[in-house]
Amino acid sequence: MASVEGSGLEITPAPPAPVLDVRADRRRRRRELFRALVRSKTFIVGAAILIFWVFDAIFWRAIVPHDPLGVDPTGTLKAPSSAHWFGTDNLGRDVFSRVLAGAATVLVIAPAATALGLLGGTTVGLVTGFYRGWVDDVVSRIVDAFLALPLIVMAVLVLASLGRSTLNMILVIGIIFTPLIARTVRSAVLVEREREYVAAARLRGERGIRIMVWEILPNITGPITVEATVRLAYAIFAATTIAFLGLGLQDPSPDWGLQIANGRAYMQVAWWMVIFPAAALATLVVGVNLVADGLKRVVEE
Amino acid sequence: MTRYILKRLGLTVITLVIVSFVVFAASQLLPGDVGRTILGPYASQQQVDALDKSLGNDKPLPVRYWNWASDFVKGDWGTSPVQNVEVRPLVLGRLKNSLYLAAFAMVLVVPFSIFMGVVAALKYGKLADRAISIIGLSFIALPEFVIGVILIVVFAVQLGWFPTSSQVPGTNPVDWFRQLLLPAIPIMFVLFGYISRMARAGTVDALQANYTRTAILKGLPRRHVVTRHVVRNSMLPTITVVSVQVGYLVGGLLVVETLFAYPGIGQLTLESATGHDLPTLEACVLMIAIIYCFANLIADLAYGVLNPRVRLA
Amino acid sequence: MSAAPPVQTGAVEIDGLTVSYRRRQRLLRVLTDVSFTIKPGEAYGLVGESGCGKTTVAMSLMRYLPPNAVIESGSITFGGDDLLAADERTLRRWRGDRMAMVYQDPGTALNPSIRIGDQIAEVFRFHRGMDKQEAREASAHMVSTVQISDAAGVLRRYPHELSGGQQQRIMFAMALATDPDLLVLDEPTTGLDATVEAEVLDLVENLRDQFNTSILFVSHNLGIVARMCERVGVLYAGRLIEQGNAREVFRDPRHPYTLALLRCVPRLGMRKDTDRLDPIPGSLPALGADMPGCVFADRCPIARDRCVESPPELMPVSDGHMARCFFHEEVPDIPPMAAATQEDAAPVPDEVLLQVSDLVKTYKFSGTEVVAVGGVDVVIKRGEVFGLVGESGSGKTSFAKCIVGLIDVTSGELSFEGMDVSKPAGKRPGEARRRLQMVFQNPDNALNPTHSVRAILRRSLKLLAGVRGRDQQDHQMNDLARSVRLEPRHLDVRPSALSGGLKQRVAIARSFAGSPAMVLCDEPTSALDVSVQAAILNLLVDLQRRQGVSYVFISHDLAVVRYVSDSIGVMYLGKLVDVGSAEQVFASPHHPYTEALLSAIPTFDIDESRPRIKLSGTLPSATDVPSGCPFHTRCPRVLGEICRTEVPPWQEDGERHRYRCHIAPAELEELQKTAPEQAEDVVA
Repeated sequence: MASVEGSGLEITPAPPAPVLDVRADRRRRRRELFRALVRSKTFIVGAAILIFWVFDAIFWRAIVPHDPLGVDPTGTLKAPSSAHWFGTDNLGRDVFSRVLAGAATVLVIAPAATALGLLGGTTVGLVTGFYRGWVDDVVSRIVDAFLALPLIVMAVLVLASLGRSTLNMILVIGIIFTPLIARTVRSAVLVEREREYVAAARLRGERGIRIMVWEILPNITGPITVEATVRLAYAIFAATTIAFLGLGLQDPSPDWGLQIANGRAYMQVAWWMVIFPAAALATLVVGVNLVADGLKRVVEE
Repeated sequence: MTRYILKRLGLTVITLVIVSFVVFAASQLLPGDVGRTILGPYASQQQVDALDKSLGNDKPLPVRYWNWASDFVKGDWGTSPVQNVEVRPLVLGRLKNSLYLAAFAMVLVVPFSIFMGVVAALKYGKLADRAISIIGLSFIALPEFVIGVILIVVFAVQLGWFPTSSQVPGTNPVDWFRQLLLPAIPIMFVLFGYISRMARAGTVDALQANYTRTAILKGLPRRHVVTRHVVRNSMLPTITVVSVQVGYLVGGLLVVETLFAYPGIGQLTLESATGHDLPTLEACVLMIAIIYCFANLIADLAYGVLNPRVRLA
Repeated sequence: MSAAPPVQTGAVEIDGLTVSYRRRQRLLRVLTDVSFTIKPGEAYGLVGESGCGKTTVAMSLMRYLPPNAVIESGSITFGGDDLLAADERTLRRWRGDRMAMVYQDPGTALNPSIRIGDQIAEVFRFHRGMDKQEAREASAHMVSTVQISDAAGVLRRYPHELSGGQQQRIMFAMALATDPDLLVLDEPTTGLDATVEAEVLDLVENLRDQFNTSILFVSHNLGIVARMCERVGVLYAGRLIEQGNAREVFRDPRHPYTLALLRCVPRLGMRKDTDRLDPIPGSLPALGADMPGCVFADRCPIARDRCVESPPELMPVSDGHMARCFFHEEVPDIPPMAAATQEDAAPVPDEVLLQVSDLVKTYKFSGTEVVAVGGVDVVIKRGEVFGLVGESGSGKTSFAKCIVGLIDVTSGELSFEGMDVSKPAGKRPGEARRRLQMVFQNPDNALNPTHSVRAILRRSLKLLAGVRGRDQQDHQMNDLARSVRLEPRHLDVRPSALSGGLKQRVAIARSFAGSPAMVLCDEPTSALDVSVQAAILNLLVDLQRRQGVSYVFISHDLAVVRYVSDSIGVMYLGKLVDVGSAEQVFASPHHPYTEALLSAIPTFDIDESRPRIKLSGTLPSATDVPSGCPFHTRCPRVLGEICRTEVPPWQEDGERHRYRCHIAPAELEELQKTAPEQAEDVVA
């Protein structure tokens, strides 16, 4: 497609497709989408990783070999062995079990925060993109202001004030996501509203809300989905960073960020306290990013 | 062009004003009373109230905001009740350290990322492209503290090549590398991921554009087409991304500085948040925002200069 | 410029070219066994509808096919050299030197970040080894060769500072810089305004005198090809189905498809009351479809068993004229398909439907004010078709949007069926919305891709016709579908499953759901294939007669406007300059701009009596409308000072025609009998 050597445009004249009814049409589309996704290796790998961790987050109680909170003063800082695959930490707790259990916290906070951000962001994006005018100007300035304040910095600020809890984490990340997502949604809306079917809707006398939700929104699900997965990855990233900084859940939570923070002090003698949770986090984030990338490629077709 | 610059400047000012609202409002949420923080837990409530009154902490919110904001603009950023020093020199000094680290990281990674992004686009679909894309993707994926921690464990603890915590380097370039390389790497990874991706996308778009087709059909040599026709146009969106990354950068610095105990503004922000050091916290966050807006402004200017449609308007 | 070249150079021979595209493991055939030659210095036109493969032919010549294209067989010889065997280095040497290309959309074809001068100079520096100074001089020379004045100034500018016409001239300058043997033109004037298009075509003719280049002219516009080319080839579904001398082929077509193409395009003399357009039934074969017999058989009026079973060869008709049809001798006798008589028109009371008084619409762009519509008065009666004509910057689109309520009016009065409609659609009385609707240009954009056709129509029935309840709606929907000749199976699908013509029918049905009194048609057929246009135009005409609807019909194609309209208005830079009954507006005396527009239409019938008017200068910017008569800067009949200082009055030419000019009708009629004094044709 894009090599500099004599290649050019992909000339694809539209083939007159067989005329199917809407339900069959929808099924065909879904099947095609699915097939395209399955063909993408990045998506498959990412989805596999994600599924593994989701499974773990739900069923960790059944699969952990030891109690993640179970202290053992006699067996502290033991290197990885057959008894403890990932070794033990400074309180004698089994690192492997703690790693498995830690997925649950992150996989509750991140999706919830993303959902919150999506809800807020889509609403704001739709309204500002569709109505424009002074509402758009004002809100855009506010969005710009939020962009000037990095997520981590804002989260630090707010959590230090309001206290640490799962709910607060979700709220902080979700609310800060809202302007970021709103911006993407707004761009997509700006494009759609110029299309003639929107003009036709106006000529019918459709109300603004109806046009936004029924006409425009179904046509921007692609960019929104991509944005959602990208944000999810970032939410995981942010939640664990905040925990690492000491503003997340407290001990004895097996939260990965917290584990890494605790393990720092013992890095010289017990590297396993830090490396394994870090590796787990890395695979999860990579997994989500692969899924996001795979989706993005497919949506862009 | 002048109108463009003025408009951007105006928007920046408005944004900063709103930022100041947000910062002020958020910091008011911090628990703990300033007077109490200064006098400690053993002072009587009366003494605390008296101090608060003298500090002007009992006035209504808008008045306090105005006082704070106008003081800030004048250069009076108050005194840190926790560290007992004037806020401004403290924050500015830390900011300077952070800028060293940030500049170090950017100089190393930005040109390289752009180059790799363009290369990936030129080799679209081939192995080099996929490799660069996947590497970039993984780099974005890993949180800085994860990378940082792994680096410390491997290079500082096990191999001992670098110190486990970093200080502000001296003038010796070797010292720059020794102190700053490890903390810079996590930042560089993430920067690489975003910048190379945008450079690639911009280059792909430019390669598919009609004007590139014209250039090829004119029989121009490939290298000329790429360097003269393609790259210039693909850099426009890339500049925007680089400026946005500066904003991210400052946030990312917070984590890295904490991890490496580097005395920068990020670490100061965290300290003042957990230590309820209100004036310092406000100043830090505001400075971060100012840096971001300023970087954006510069990017906008660069864009205006590069894009003839804007430059000549 | 060049001495008569040896016979070999410039001759292009395409022999048995067969090209397919690889799509997901399958090979889709795009061109089958295409063979033709272009003699040195000759212009060969390649015509066909979209998807017929003509662009693939052009790209094959330039060896610029996408990576998934496969040249299965055939050869291309260029001046004796084997083009298909050439390697990248050779191609790079030849491109821009021996062969060059100019294509559509010059705005994007030029690099926005590089100055014009540098873009032209590149060709000289790399193909002729010139240094900077020499290249600059040569570039300046080329710029004046393509008739742009102030060459030095233009060289320093960037593409976005030039008009569309100037940009395309620059493309020609770059292409002809090295005096190539072959020039490939792929729709070079599509998208340009009519008068600009005429100028560019004039330029091409001019250049042909200077440079003895062979030309491959690819276009969907038969008129242009008839004007510009000596020989023509007609492509259908990737096959060359007719070939020969251009005039002969268009005067005496010997393939049923060519005949059908010629019959479905409205020509300047035709009227909806007397002539009916002949659409081509059926649709183009799917890409890569395997057809054992003649590729046109399923749509051909004289097809027989033999046609379906075996593919015809190119049969000779006369010297140089060949047609791929077993029964080409019968083609001249094929009768027109449409019925000669039409149903009676619905009786319509003679009353005013839409009254527009001093309509003004201005846009504010960061400080500057642009007057899109500068005070227009129009009266449209019930059942009347009002054609609106004008090029870019004329304000006709803004005017239409004001009427229908898509944008708000800056000042002026709009009254429709007695109701005040000077507000946007959302704020109008529901009755006004029901009775005043619109059909848009691009059917792909005009229907929501995520809704089914049924859902789209149901919504319109509910809101415009007030039909509630699913059963009621479905019942009325069947009637509605039938009226636009849609079948029930078309209703339960998404628009993406329908062809362009079908989509446009849905859009028309949607507008007619509430039995409107007036429908605004904004280029309703411009985005459709030529064979489909006729069907949609017929439909629009039928609906109009049957329901007594009035139209405001906007089109850049003057023949279509003339065909469909009862009265016509011509707009220029936001003002109505000529308005009245269709016959009178298109006949002298009329506004000089109308005169120029009409002379710009390329036709098959080379009408010697119609003088070719060239307009000087370029269209003034809408931010800087000239004083007095806005047209005075370009008018070939300009009188002098008065045109610059005084706003021209309305001249009445009989009861049903008026135009804005300082020249009275009797005088103007006399003047317009002959071509005006043409100024030096140098474009600013």
